[in-house]
Parts: sequence; structure tokens; C-alpha cells
Amino acid sequence: MSTQSMKAVQPLITGPLLRRSIVSSFTKLNPMHQLRNPVMFTVLVGSALASLLFVAALGGDGDMPAWFIGAVAAILWLTLLFANFAEAVAEGRGKAQADSLRAARQSITATRLKEARRDAAGESVAAEGLCKGDIVLVEANQPIPSDGEVIEGAAYVDESAVTGESAPVIRESGGDRSSVTGGTRVLSDWLIIRITANPGENFLDRMIGLVEGAKRQKTPNEIALSILLAALTIIFLVVCATLLPFSVYSVTASGSGTVVPLVVLIALFVCLAPTTIGGLLSAIGIAGMDRLLKANVVATSGRAVEAAGDVDVLLMDKTGTITLGNRQATEFIPAPGVDAKDLARAAQLSSLTDETPEGRSVVILAKTEYGLRQANIGEMQAHFIPFTAESRMSGVDIASRRIRKGAAEAVESWVREQKGGFPAPVRQAVEMIAKEGGTPLVVAEDAKVLGVIRLKDVLKEGIRERFAELRRMGIKTIMITGDNPMTAAAIAAEAGVDDFLAEATPEKKLALIREYQAGGRLVAMTGDGTNDAPALAQADVAVAMNSGTQAAKEAGNMVDLDSNPTKLIEIVRIGKQLLMTRGSLTTFSITNDVAKYFAIIPAAFAATYPQLNALNVMGLASPQSAILSATIFNALIIVALIPLALKGVKYRAVEASVLLRDNILVYGLGGLITPFIAIKLIDILIAAIGLA
Amino acid sequence: MGAMGVFQIIAYLAVLLALAWPLGVYMAAVYGGRRTVLSPVLGPLERLFYRAGGINPDRETSWKSYALAMLVFNAGGLLIVYLLQRFQGVLPLNPAERDPVGSFSALNVAISFATNTNWQNYGGEGTMSYLTQMVGLGVQNFLSAATGMAVMAALARGFVRKQCGTIGNFWADMTRSTLYILLPLSIVLSVVLVSQGVVQTFQPYHELTTLTGESQTIAVGPAASQIAIKQLGTNGGGFFNVNSAHPLENPTPLSNFLQLLAILLIPAAFCITFGKMVRDERQGWLLLTVMTVFLAGCLAVTAYSEQQGNPLLEPLSVTQKAMEAGEGPAMAGGNMEGKEVRFGIANSALWAVATTAASNGSVNSMHDSYTPLGGMIPMWLMQLGEIIFGGVGSGLYGLLMVAIVAVFAAGLMVGRTPEYIGKKIGPFEMKMASLAILFPSVVTLAFTAIALLTSEGTRGISNPGPHGLSQVLYAFSSMGNNNGSAFAGYGANTDMVNILGGIAMLVARYWVMLPALAVAGALASKRQTPPSQGTLPTHTPLFGLLLIVTILAIGALTFLPALALGPIVEHLILKQGGL
Repeated sequence: MSTQSMKAVQPLITGPLLRRSIVSSFTKLNPMHQLRNPVMFTVLVGSALASLLFVAALGGDGDMPAWFIGAVAAILWLTLLFANFAEAVAEGRGKAQADSLRAARQSITATRLKEARRDAAGESVAAEGLCKGDIVLVEANQPIPSDGEVIEGAAYVDESAVTGESAPVIRESGGDRSSVTGGTRVLSDWLIIRITANPGENFLDRMIGLVEGAKRQKTPNEIALSILLAALTIIFLVVCATLLPFSVYSVTASGSGTVVPLVVLIALFVCLAPTTIGGLLSAIGIAGMDRLLKANVVATSGRAVEAAGDVDVLLMDKTGTITLGNRQATEFIPAPGVDAKDLARAAQLSSLTDETPEGRSVVILAKTEYGLRQANIGEMQAHFIPFTAESRMSGVDIASRRIRKGAAEAVESWVREQKGGFPAPVRQAVEMIAKEGGTPLVVAEDAKVLGVIRLKDVLKEGIRERFAELRRMGIKTIMITGDNPMTAAAIAAEAGVDDFLAEATPEKKLALIREYQAGGRLVAMTGDGTNDAPALAQADVAVAMNSGTQAAKEAGNMVDLDSNPTKLIEIVRIGKQLLMTRGSLTTFSITNDVAKYFAIIPAAFAATYPQLNALNVMGLASPQSAILSATIFNALIIVALIPLALKGVKYRAVEASVLLRDNILVYGLGGLITPFIAIKLIDILIAAIGLA
Repeated sequence: MGAMGVFQIIAYLAVLLALAWPLGVYMAAVYGGRRTVLSPVLGPLERLFYRAGGINPDRETSWKSYALAMLVFNAGGLLIVYLLQRFQGVLPLNPAERDPVGSFSALNVAISFATNTNWQNYGGEGTMSYLTQMVGLGVQNFLSAATGMAVMAALARGFVRKQCGTIGNFWADMTRSTLYILLPLSIVLSVVLVSQGVVQTFQPYHELTTLTGESQTIAVGPAASQIAIKQLGTNGGGFFNVNSAHPLENPTPLSNFLQLLAILLIPAAFCITFGKMVRDERQGWLLLTVMTVFLAGCLAVTAYSEQQGNPLLEPLSVTQKAMEAGEGPAMAGGNMEGKEVRFGIANSALWAVATTAASNGSVNSMHDSYTPLGGMIPMWLMQLGEIIFGGVGSGLYGLLMVAIVAVFAAGLMVGRTPEYIGKKIGPFEMKMASLAILFPSVVTLAFTAIALLTSEGTRGISNPGPHGLSQVLYAFSSMGNNNGSAFAGYGANTDMVNILGGIAMLVARYWVMLPALAVAGALASKRQTPPSQGTLPTHTPLFGLLLIVTILAIGALTFLPALALGPIVEHLILKQGGL
């Protein structure tokens, strides 16, 4: 199930990206850019102020040595640059991927048709000029100019540019394979496509927009966190600002020492403000989108990704998701007095031209179980009767023999028409198979019922484990199927889903989603067909398969390029990681402050109250080295945490309280202890080189 | 503090928790508009009020209308208290012939009582007429308390309402809080207090001749009725200047115990009420446990610090050891300065911690005379925002604002949009919670700074040095968090302190109350999210611990530098033998 791009382990940062990111760290110093992030904006103001103080000190007007003020100012600028760098790297990684996509699409010209006929008059237009509703003709070896729906023709299309999958896929009008994506290429034949996206709004555009920071909209959780961080920043601003009058009073009252220098207060403020999370916040968000893209999922909004982390209920189609797309014959059950081999032979004969997987599986089962070779169709002068929805039977007429196979009721009425009977044991077998989740096919020859073929859904490999994982994540899985309740229940039990919706219709699906939503649940759904579209539109997280119809893709808020329905597990994981990374780094950032207080408070006020040196628990060498150490730690920790911000905190499918406990231990307790050690080490280093 | 002291403290907490449960259950019924044991008696009275006021108690309003009603009502109360003080000279019931109170002072007092702060820039017996005390201050003691309770009830409703725009009827909540909860409890408590010798009379002050032949004025008045509500409603404004250290306000060990109980009773019970109202009692118990554990920790520091006494006395061969009668002269030991001998260290420390944990502010000892660390704890408890028990109603909604922040951090750490009691916490709730936590702290620090920079602000300082900073910080922590407790020793009745303090009290009260109501409205309009396996449970010890850590973090990170320059450095200087 994993995608090609996920297999390759990429280095976090490569040479050209590094260079670009460094350049961009400086251009991002633009105050207008910093205003987007209040925490870092205050750091910018602090850095500017410290620089002014440095200039004043050089002119002989400073309350601290000029080199010290200059050093503090330099470290503060570095703090800003590091935060910018984190954002730039995250953007760069996403952009690199987006750029290659974009290049694929550049300077495409398309043939716009007046009418949806291949021989209609056409004109050549640039792909960027195509609007919704335009009709274009794409011939072999031409790229598809924009997202659209095939309205005529069938062709092999190479979608590797978007999906990374090299095998070409069939796209044709009508049915569930009618949607095409801009940037892919027609390999054979031709397609007439109705464009479904306006310029700048198609798939690639949205994908590119999400990984490029500037266009990224903040998600609700991110906004809430920004508010909390802004509030903390204001508190620390007031704490530091009021320390000046407190210091003035203390100096007057104790009659010793000097008022705390401004540069020390600025340093204290920058250390206390949640710069670690503030500096990494946008990088975390961009990296989350980037991870999603790497999982070959395109989201139309960041909000949907976050919502994925909250999903309570997951609806998924049985076919193609839980079971392999087709049923397989697994058993022949003969009617009383009928030889099993005869039943097998009749079944095989009736299925010879049946090219459906079910039909083929009957032929194969007859061959493997009873050694029946496929008869040569040509020699038999057989007349095959195809399956129709009306007759619900298929079969073959060979000379006077008439063999039929199909749904029990259909075959029964066919037999009865010929005055034949339907034996009770066969009826029992039919019921038993249905109850066990299989599909019974009754085989009859003329007026005689020969027996039953058991068709069984085959579960996808490893699907039970995936559902177990979802359950551990706290997500309830619901299987949607057109089967009758009995069959559905049996498959549900075998697959290990929590619940099922049998005999599903689009209305029933929609009603089910609404019912869960009314109960306060967040519902995710995966789907591909046009009849899934209403339900997809209603679901909170709707993942459409790329192989699906355009209607489904438009109704969803994510598209899985691999068309892998269990991809939702990946999406949920990414959504949760995104939130966890923010939460953990916030906790880390705040708990860091304790050590910074113990470093700076004694240093700042030791001149007034030498007794406060009792708080210098780290035994830092001097007030100046204490302040430098704390600010250096504060800057370096941003760089140190960039890999974590980009990769995200690890998510495990365990109970919420276990997850919380572990994260508190790592990021809370870790955040408390780490700076004590790191600041001490930096201080030793500074003292060793005789700086302060 | 011997075994007896420890036993008294444990007994106190046990009785408190034992009484909180039935009262909490009863209060939940009151706010649910259900019949209670008192309905047969009070029901007709309640309906009479509604008829007279033209109120339909079942007509609920949006949070905005609720808030507007609350503001208008409080403003009216404020105005009445102000006018009563200004005109008490010409109004009846003024046997001691008190003059009108000065305008800024009167304004400060009016704000103080309307906001449930009860900061007293005056001495009761020397300033206020009986009428002002009863009709002004006494009535506000009820109404300001009821306001906080009403807002809390509205917030609790917000958690259980589903996609609904209303959070209750302010007038009904006010009436029920006063009539069914505050009034009955006050009546019972006043009668018991009178039995203990608390004075309750309209007679003028007594002129006596002492044994040494000098003349003395003994102030009396209708004290018992006011003291009951002063404690129950976390008001704290004493009838007499020295508050509950006064023998006529708090005469016996039993009266001391009952008043202590009354300080924390309703705030504790409200946790249970909350649990009942949100239909998950475990949530209420968790909040109560967090409060109790926090209180116990603070109490341990203060009691220990007081019992250690003053290290400077050690070289002077002064014994500060607690001794039972057999070991030598029976004595409390430790730091007894500013404490009543009849209460000793255990009951003084317990009171100091309880009165500042709750936003009560009444005192039975002088906090200014505590050891630096012993006095820092009460100050810090106020700076936390009065959320450890806190004011009636207001303490719990304040704590819930912090809980929202804790839930938010925790929720993110488990990878889900944070949820609290079935409601998702979004940007709006976060904004409101941040405002509620932010402003009292900002006001406390900023106004302390302003006072320290001006001569008018520093003039009242009685001890210079770090202790002076503590005095000013304590005063603004008290006003900036609606406690009202005074450190004593700081002369705060100057125009500037009155004005700054008035602003601080208004901000601390309404800038928390309005966000709390806004959160109530926002929560009420959301859908309820049933818990799943991925939901973080908020009734577990783990979450309790997280909540405690969040409170500690906010409180410590905000006030550590200021405290370092006040009590902490004072303590360090003392330890190193300086003064």
C-alpha cells in the first residue's frame, strides 16, 4: 500500500535547498512578514532595540560593555534568522515537489473544440486560458491541459507525473473512470474532455498552494495556539517591562547596585517568550502538508487534515476497500442425487465466456477441484446467454442442453416455468451461504437444479490489522455495502469492522453520516463513485480516490492519488502528528522558561541583591555569561528542533492518556531539565574561551 | 505547631469536603430550577420577586443579554454604595455620627464591594454608619456573591447545552443564588455566631472606664449578620478594622472554625454543583481535588515557614520551639508576631491560606508580620487569579479558564482538537480564556510598577527595602484579583492608590466574568462531542496533575521575578543574617 515516494528516504535538507533557505532567512526579516507571527515580531523589535543600544554603547553611552550588548543583539538576530530558516526549509521542501509538478504543466497548448465531436472545428489555446466547461481534444502523446471529465473516447493515460505510478491507466467516458488530471499524458488513442477547473484552481494549483507558506491559511487549532502564544508573549512583555520600575525601587530602597540594564531585560524577554514554538509554528504546518503530499494525498484545505486527526467514525465501501474487488468461487454444493463433478462441469460450461472475475473463478475452481479442462468453445456450437440485470442469470445453450446459473430466486422461477422443483436441501444451502457472508449461485440444467456454487468475498490481506489499528486510534469503522444484512454481517465480522450499513443507497449513506454528525461525531468517508458524491460532500473528512469520478473528487476535501482506501489511516496519523508536534513543542517551549529564570534573574539583580545569587543553582560563571548562555540556548534550540518540526512527533495508536503521559514526560519534563544542562554547558564553554 | 495543629487542619479539610457534597447537590437542584427542601418556604417568596420585577424565570437569554443585565445590575449596586457613603451624614442609623466618606475613597469602596473584592481602605467602626454597613456593604456582600454564582451557573449550562443560543436567565439565577443559598446559610451562621458572642446590636458604641481608670470606647454594631455573609460570600470585608482578629467579630475557637469553614464552603460545593450540572460528577470531584491538593501544599509552606520563626532570633537564645505544657512553658513557638495567641500558628496559617486561596480576604492575623515565605504564599495565591477555591462562583469559572488552557495543551499533545467535557475548544474559547488569565496579571504588575514609581504610591510603605515592594505588590495583587485581603502596614488610602485600585478591581472582576460568559455562550452553541477512545479524559489524576502544573506555570512564570525582588530576596537576606 505504501507509495513510491514514501519509500525513498530523503535527507532533511540538501545543498541547493540549504542555500536557498539561508537566503530566504534574511529576506524573511521583512517586518511585514514577521507581523504574521506576533511572537517573532516582538523578537524583531527586541533585536532592533538591542542593536540601537549597541550603537549607543559604541558611542560611549551604555550601561553595559559594548561587546556584551553587541553579542546579545547578534544572538537575538540569530534567533530570528533560525526561525526564518526553519520556515524556509519547510517551504523549500514542499516547493521542490510542487515545482517539478508545475514544470510538467508549463506551456501546454490544447485544442479547444467547438462541439464535443472529434471532427469538430478546433482552435489552439494555452492551457492557462482554459475555463470550466471548455471542451478539448487530447490526442496520443499529448498532455492533458487541466482537470476534466472524459465525455468521449477511451485512452491509456500515463499519470505518473501526479501519482508516481508508472503503469498507465485507462480513462474512458461514462462510468467510474472518466476523470482526468491536468499534467498527465495520453499514451494511446484520444479523449474529448470537458474541463472542470478554472485557471489556477485545479488540482496541482491547490497542491502547490498548500505547500507554499504564503498561501497557506491558518487552521483553527493553529489560530487558537497563536492566540495562546500571543497572550504568553504579552504576559512576558509586561513581566519584563515592570521589572524596570521594580529594579528602580529596589536600588533606591537597598541603596546599592544599579538599575537593571535595558539590554538584560530585552534578553530576558526574548528568552521567556515562546520563541521555540513561535519560530517553528509555520514550519510545522507546512511540513505537515508536505508529509501528506509525500503520502500521495492532496488536500484542498489544511483544515481537513487537522480534522482527520479528530475523526471518530470512518465509513468505507466494502468492495475494493475491505474485500478484493471481486468474489471468488470456493465450493460446489451439489443437489441431492447430483454428482459434484457434474455440477462443476455444468458450472464451468456456463461460465466459459463469462469474463468477470467471478466467472473466471468458477472455471478455475472446477479445474483445480475436479481436474476439468476447459472445453474448446469453438467446437461446441454453443450459444452463450449473457447476464442481464433483468434476468439475473447467465448461461449457455449447447444443442438441446440449457444450462443456467444465477441468483436463487431467478433460477427457481426459471426451473418452475419448466415444471421443475426446487429441492429443500438446495434452499438450505443457499440460505447457509448467504448467512456466512457468501453469495450463492444456483446452477440448473433444464428443469433440474444441479446445486449451488459458493461465491465468497475475499478479504484484503492485512485488513483486520488495519481495523484493529483504527480501533486503537479511537476510530469506529463502518462498512458500507449493497449486500443484504446477513451477508454484510458475516463479512463485517470476518473483517473486524465495528458496524456495517447493508443494502446501502446514496440516501442511506447520507442519512447515516448525518445521524453520526448530529451525535457530535466527526465522520470520515472514502469513496470513488458518483453515487458517493453526496455522502462525500456531507462527511467532515472525505477522501476521494484519484481513480474515481470527477464528481467524487470535487465532493471530497482530499484526493488519494494512489486510490488506496486504507490511506485514511495515514491521513489520520499525519493530522494527529501535526497537532501533537505543536502541542509538544509548546509544552517544551514553556517549561524551558524555568531554567532561563534561574539563569537570568540572579544575573540581572545580583548587583542590587547579591543574596539572590542563591538562585544561581547552575553555578553560572558570571552574570554576563549567564545571560549570554541563556540567549544562545534559546536561539540554538530552534535549530536543534527543526528536524522534529519537519518530521513531526511520533504518533502511536494507543490510548489518549498513555500518549499524554509519554509526551508530558518527554517534552514537559525534558523541557524542564534540558535547558539546565545545556545552559550550563554553554556557560562552561563561554568561560573557557574567556569571553565573559 | 504540634500534632494538635495538624489534627485541626485535617479535621477542617475533612468537614469542609463532607459538607461540600450535600450543599453542592442542593445547589445543582437550585440552578436547575428543581424543587428543593426549601421550596415550600421560599417558593412563594421567589415567585413574589419575579412578579414584582416582571420576570419570567423560564425565559432564557443569550450570553450577551445575560452579561448586559449583570453589568447594569452591578453598576446600580455600585452607585448605591457610593451615594450611601457620601450622604451617610444626613441619613439615619448613624449613632456614632460618622462624616461622609471622601469621594475617591468612597468610589474605591463602592467598586470594592460591587466586585466582591472587599478591599477596605477604611476602618469600619471609624468610618461607616450602621446604615452604610448594612444597606450598602451588607447588601452588596450578598449581591456581588450572587453575581459570581450566577455567572458560574451560566457557564456550567454552556457545557451541556447543545447548539442552543441561551445560557439562562440572569435575574432568576440571582434570585435563586441569594434566596436559596446565601440567605439560609447566612441566617444559620449568624445565629450560631451570636451564640458564640459575636455582637449584633443597633446600640451606639460603649464608653467604658478601664481598670486603670482610663476611658475606652468599645465599638459595637450589627456585626454577626454581616460577618456570616462576609465569609460565606467570599467577601471578607470586616465589620471592624482588624476583621476576624477582633474579639467581637471572632470570639471563640468554634466561631473561628465555623468562619473558616464558611470561607471555602460554597466555592468547594460549587465544584460538586458543576459536576452535577454537566452530568459528569467526576469532573467536579477532579476540580475539587486539584483545589484541595494545591491548598494543602500552600498551607504546608506557610505553616512550616511560620513555625520556623525568625532566624535572627536564634543567636539571641530565644526559643522558638513549639512546646507542650509538660516540656516547659506551653507555647506556640515560631513566628507569633501579628497573630492572636488564641489562634496560634496552625489556625492563623490555615486562615491566611484559605482566605487568599478563596477571594475572601478576611484575616485573623496580620499577614504583613508573616515570615517572608509564609507571607509570600498568600500573596501568590491571590496572584494565581483566585482560582484555588476562589470567590463564590468566580473561583471556579476562573479555574475553568485555566483548565481550558490545560486541556488545549493536553489535547494537542494527544493529536486531537482539544475537547473539554464534550465541547471542542476552538480559537474563540482560547481567546476568551487568554483574556481572562492575562488581564488580572497584567494589571497587578503594571499598577504595582506605577505605584512604585510615584511618591504617592511609595509614601504608604512602612518598611523600606524588599518588604516595601512586597507591601505594594500585595496590595495590588489583592485588588487586581478581587481578594481584598490587606497586608497591613501599607497605607493605601491615597487618591492614586484608590483610583488605580478601583480600576484594578473592575478589570479583575469583569475582564474575567465577561470572557467566562462569552465562553458559556460559545460552548452552548456547539454540538456535544461524545467521548471516544481518542478523547483525553479530564477526570483522571494525570489531568489533575497537568492542571496543577499549568496553574503553577502560569503563576510562577508571571510573578517569579517580582516575587524574587520582594519576599524571596527578603527571605534570602534573612537567612544570611541581614535585615
